[in-house]
Amino acid sequence: MTARTAGLGVLTLVALVLLAFVPRLGNPYYLALAISLLQYTVLATAWGMFSGPTRYVSLATTAFFGVGAYTVAVLGEILPWPLVLLIAAALGAFVAAIVGLSTLRLSGVYFVIFTFGLTELIRQLVVWFEVNKSRVLGRYVFVDITQADIYWQLLALAAAVFLLGWLIARSRLGFALRVIGEDETVAKHCGIDTTFAKVALFTISATVMTLVGAIMAPRWTYIEPSIAFNSMISFQVLIMALLGGAHRLWGPVLGAVPLTLLFELLSARFPNTFTIILGCIFLLIVYMLPRGVAGLIEKLAAAPGGKTTGRVAA
Amino acid sequence: MTTFLTRRTALLVAATCAATLGLAAVAQAQTSIKIGYAISRTGPNTGGAAVTTIPNYELWVKEVNAAGGIKLGDKRVPIEVVQYDDRSNAEEAVRALERLINQDKVDFILPPWGTGLNLAVGPTLNREGYPHLAATAVTDRAPELAKRWPNSFWMLGTSADAAKTLVELLSKLRDEKKIGDTVAMVSIADGFGIDLSSAARPAITNAKFKLAYDKSYPIGTQDLAPIINEVKALNPDVFIAFSYPPDTLALTEQSRIAGFNPKVFYTGVGTAFPLYRGKFGKNTEGVMGIGGWSGDSPAIKDYLARHKASAANGAEPDRWASAVTYASLQMLQQAIERVGKIDRAAVIKDLQTGSFDTVIGKVKLENNMPTRYWWVGQWQDGEFYGIAPAGNEGARKAIVPKPAWVAP
Repeated sequence: MTARTAGLGVLTLVALVLLAFVPRLGNPYYLALAISLLQYTVLATAWGMFSGPTRYVSLATTAFFGVGAYTVAVLGEILPWPLVLLIAAALGAFVAAIVGLSTLRLSGVYFVIFTFGLTELIRQLVVWFEVNKSRVLGRYVFVDITQADIYWQLLALAAAVFLLGWLIARSRLGFALRVIGEDETVAKHCGIDTTFAKVALFTISATVMTLVGAIMAPRWTYIEPSIAFNSMISFQVLIMALLGGAHRLWGPVLGAVPLTLLFELLSARFPNTFTIILGCIFLLIVYMLPRGVAGLIEKLAAAPGGKTTGRVAA
Repeated sequence: MTTFLTRRTALLVAATCAATLGLAAVAQAQTSIKIGYAISRTGPNTGGAAVTTIPNYELWVKEVNAAGGIKLGDKRVPIEVVQYDDRSNAEEAVRALERLINQDKVDFILPPWGTGLNLAVGPTLNREGYPHLAATAVTDRAPELAKRWPNSFWMLGTSADAAKTLVELLSKLRDEKKIGDTVAMVSIADGFGIDLSSAARPAITNAKFKLAYDKSYPIGTQDLAPIINEVKALNPDVFIAFSYPPDTLALTEQSRIAGFNPKVFYTGVGTAFPLYRGKFGKNTEGVMGIGGWSGDSPAIKDYLARHKASAANGAEPDRWASAVTYASLQMLQQAIERVGKIDRAAVIKDLQTGSFDTVIGKVKLENNMPTRYWWVGQWQDGEFYGIAPAGNEGARKAIVPKPAWVAP
């Protein structure tokens, strides 16, 4: 087991080092694609970290992503970059903790609806503030950050997320969450502080999403609420994580990578029928891969007729 | 179970093959100028792009190719178009441009529609050295952006300038004793409305007008009747709405229903659209709005006729950014032809220093921006004429007071 873990660790390191050289290829298009891949990988993995074990389907990805982007819009030109990232992370964690404490008692469809509403709520708050207090809507971010910098920051964040996810899965917290996911009432009877466990993981996952928003913001120069709080991100991340399989840490990657490439291919080859094709693909995924790619791989790896855990990804 | 798996595997293999083929099939052309653009064909920007930008791009390409193409040295080469949908999304727009530049290797790029997207693609176009003729962006940072990105040209001016020109017109009308000094102003709580109202507020009070009403409404507001009723009760001489197309139509409709007929009635984006005349017909007479053009100039009349003939359903251009968009394409073509080869740095230089014959008259840029803009237009006899700044060639005299609403 330890030998296998060490081997995996070495492999991961080698992969990271190789990936770090992507900006050196000198093709901005591939760099843009790589940024997009990393962005969705991190978002989907962070989503899976919380929603996978607890099976709470969250549509709040956009809310946290937007908080991060807006932090950069407001502070990007005033403060040094690491400090901006730190403040964005703190803000994301703060919002997530409040939201988590007040809503993680909701379950099922109520939680889904609330998280969707949260994005709209934060967006309207930002609009209200900009209209009535700062009297500008639409801010400019002129910071000295190149595309390669964005890529490397995302890569570092991705590495951090996987390490964190791996550690959590091996910790008491991870075990507690799996128990909650199986049966919350039983978890409570076992003496697990379910609220703490859920809020803690929700906060960690949201902080990562906020950081992604902050790191991506310098790519656009101009940020307004409709750009920062684009609810498409929530849905794309959700479908990527589901395709990959949210019950495994490495599952969402298997969804994020092919779907990002697919979106790219579709918008390049079929710019006018993009949404129609996308809809059909989503239907196919839901019908053919209910447990995601990770589930498919597990099934293939298991002996035919072997027992399945019977868990559904979400 | 086994059959299921093989079917899935087969599907996956097929999908992968299709993907690979798709990526590999990037055509290479030698005898043409490749021009690329990513435009909003879906999403919230679709309406603006479909009225102002897409028909002009298509008209220009059609006309240039019908004439044999763009003249490079002593031969003409046709334009080949590569286009994508940016889905009204900044990240998508940036990526589409990076694809145009690095994968499709286009020679020139036409900008997206709207202020936000033009700003979003600015850094990319600047880094890659492509001329950026932003014909549908109004921003107060335009002069600063032109300095920061010397390849960018801000054809539509700044909102501060728009507000200043409007207040100058009002001051002049007051000096002529045509209006009193009460102004009511409403604005949409979005980039455009906020920019213009924050520029207009001090300009109005500095000119010693009385700002009796000053409120904003959220984007997507359906019922504007309360606003019009409140404003009507104040009986202002001037009504200013820095509005977007849906609310421009709603505010006009409500004012007509409520019989609110101030001496000056000014609405925002959308007033200059042919759709506005289509909806209000005779009631457009005397309505002022942002934009305008020299409706009497032969070049504009000719452009209008060609636009109508070319557009799929005989659609007319709007009377503000459409002509500017077309003029920016003419400038690009003239700059390329003067340089005589695909040399983007030289084309940018020519755009900065040269003078151009366009549908909006002779254009010579200063600090990457035109020196003349139409800021206030007015519907007169079914045409939206520019009335301010009054110094512009072809400026008409304003009809004040606005005629009464008539039953439709």
